Amino acid sequence: MSTATLTYPKPQKPWRPKQRDLIPTYLGVLVVLLGTWALVEFTGFAGKLGAFASAVICTTAVSTLLAGRSRGTQAAKNAAVASIITSLALLAVFPVISILGTVLIRGTKGIYVGFFTTDMGLASVNDPLNVGGILHAIVGTFIMIIIATLVSVPLGISTAIYLTEIRGPGSILIRFLVQAMSGVPSIVAGLFIYSAIISGSGRGFNGLWGALALAILMLPTVARTAEEVLLLIAEDLREAGLALGATQWRTVAMVVVPAAKSGLITAIILGIARIAGETAPLLFTTGGGDVTNLNPVDGVMGSIPFAIWKALISGSAESNARAWASILVLLALVMILFFSARRLGKTRR
Amino acid sequence: MAREGLSFITGYEWYSSINSDGSTGEDPSVYGIGAMLIGTIITALIAVSIGVPISIAAALYLNFYVPTAIRGFLVGVIDLMAAFPSILFGLWGFNVLMPSGEYWAKLLHKYLGWIPLFDVSTPFFSRSPFIAGLVLAIMIIPIVTSIAREVFSQTPLDRIQAAYALGATKWTMIRAVVLPFGYSGVVGGAMLGLGRAMGETVAVFTVLNIIFQANFQILLGAGGNVASLIILKFGEASAEEIKALMAAGLILFLLTLLVNMLADLLVSRTVKQGR
Repeated sequence: MSTATLTYPKPQKPWRPKQRDLIPTYLGVLVVLLGTWALVEFTGFAGKLGAFASAVICTTAVSTLLAGRSRGTQAAKNAAVASIITSLALLAVFPVISILGTVLIRGTKGIYVGFFTTDMGLASVNDPLNVGGILHAIVGTFIMIIIATLVSVPLGISTAIYLTEIRGPGSILIRFLVQAMSGVPSIVAGLFIYSAIISGSGRGFNGLWGALALAILMLPTVARTAEEVLLLIAEDLREAGLALGATQWRTVAMVVVPAAKSGLITAIILGIARIAGETAPLLFTTGGGDVTNLNPVDGVMGSIPFAIWKALISGSAESNARAWASILVLLALVMILFFSARRLGKTRR
Repeated sequence: MAREGLSFITGYEWYSSINSDGSTGEDPSVYGIGAMLIGTIITALIAVSIGVPISIAAALYLNFYVPTAIRGFLVGVIDLMAAFPSILFGLWGFNVLMPSGEYWAKLLHKYLGWIPLFDVSTPFFSRSPFIAGLVLAIMIIPIVTSIAREVFSQTPLDRIQAAYALGATKWTMIRAVVLPFGYSGVVGGAMLGLGRAMGETVAVFTVLNIIFQANFQILLGAGGNVASLIILKFGEASAEEIKALMAAGLILFLLTLLVNMLADLLVSRTVKQGR
C-alpha cells in the first residue's frame, strides 16, 4: 500500500524584496564607497574624522535620492534625517572608543609589578619607569573615598528618607538645594573647604580636608539616586507596615530600607564613582604627597588624580608614561564601580 | 573683591604687586577676571553648540531608531562616558583630539575665515578655545543625552500613534509630536550642560593656552576660563591674591548656580507634564 506522498509547499516570503529590487541599493552602496573615496582624495577632508564625515555626506545623499525616487518627497526627507541622526549618534560613541583604546595602549607601557607596591617618595620624575610607583596614590585615594563615604552616605540617605518618607515642610526647599548642589563645579567645593578650614588658620593640607571636599560632591549624587530608589518602593509595603501597628520609624527602618537595599547600594557606588576621579578639589586641600601616608589627619596625602596631575605638570617623557599608567588604574577603578552599580541596578528590577 | 568693585568683573588684567619675598612692588595690584569670564562663556557656548545637536540626535536615535539588540549596549556606553574622570578628558584631549582638532580648525579658517568669528590674527591654532570647546562638548554629551532621552521617552504614546495613524513618516512624527513636547526639557538639559562646561577646570587647564586677554577669535590659541585661572594662580599666590581668587570662585559659583536652577526648572516642568 502506497501512501500518497505529501508535498509541503516551500514557505514563501512575498514581502521580501527580490534580487532585482535590491539593485538600486547595491548601486547606492557602491556610490557611497566611491564618493567617500573621492571626497577624501580630492578635498580637504583627511584622517579618520574626515573619512567619517565624507561617508556621512555620501550616505545621506544616496539614501535620500533612492527614497525620493521610489516613494516621494516625504520619504526622501525621512531618509535624510534618519541617516543624519544615526551618524550623529555614532559620533557620540566615537570618543569613548578612542579614549578606551588610547588609555589601554599608552597605559600598559608604564605598568610593571612594582608600580602597585612602591611610591614616588624616593623616585624623581625623570627616573626610568621601573623605579617608583603609585602605592601612595592608591592608598590615599582609598582612604579619602572611605572617609567621604562615611560622611556623605548617612547624610545623603537620611536626606532621601526625609524627602520620600517624612515629606516634611522643608521638602521643596531641600530638594531644590540638593539639585542646585549637584551642579556645583568641583573646584568650588575645593575652594570652599580651603577658605572655610585651611586658609588663615595655620592648619596644613591633609587627607581629611580632601575627603570633606569630596563628600560635598558625593552628597547630592547619593541623595538624588537614593530618593529615586525609595520612590520606586510600592506604597503597599508602607501601608502594610503601618497596618501591622508599626510606627513610621519602624516601617521605614524595617520595611522600606531593606526593600530598597540594593538600590541604595547602587546610589552609594554611583556616588563613589563620581568622586573617584575628581582632581580639582584635591589640589586645594590635600597637598599631594609622594610618600605613602596612612594617617589622614596628619601631613600631605597623595591620590591617583593628583599623581596624574603632578606627572603631567612635570612634563618629562617618563612622567608622561607614568600619567597614562596611573590613568589606566583610575579608569579601571571607575569602570569596576560603574559596572557593579549597573549589575545591582539590573537585578533590582 | 570689595576693593576692586565692579572692575573686578570688567577688568582684563591680573597683576599681583606682592613679590615672592613679601615686599610690595611699585605698581598697585590689579585683579580683574573680565577676560577669563568672557573665556568661560565662549568655551562653554562652543561646547553647547557642538555638543547639544549631537546629544539630541543621539537621544532621538536611542528612543526611536536604534535596533533593540544594541540599545542597552549604546545606553551603557554613553552612561559610562559620564563616569570618566575629567582629567582623563584633559589628557586625551591634549594628546589625541588636539592634532585632529587643529586640522579642522585650519579647514574652518581656510574656508570660513571671512566670518570674523573664524578669523585669526596670527596663524597659531593649537590650544585654542575651539579645541577646549570640543573637549567640553564631548564631556557634556552624556549628560545632555541622558536628559534628552528621559524627556523624549515621556512623550505620550497615544500622540505618537495618532501621528502615525495620520500617515506621518518617522521624521514628520518626531517634528510634529516629540520635538514640541520635549522642547523646554531639552533646553533645560542644554543649560545643565552649559553649567557643567562653565565649571570645568582640569580639562580646560590641560588643553587651553591661558592668556589674559579677551579673545573672540575662537580658533586662535589663547584664552582661559575662571576655574583654570584659579588653578593657575593658586600655587604661588599671596594672601591677598588668594582672596581675589576666592572672589573669582564665588562668581563662578553664582553663575553656575543660576544656570543650573533655570535648567532644573525647565526639565522638571516637562517631565511632570508627561506623567
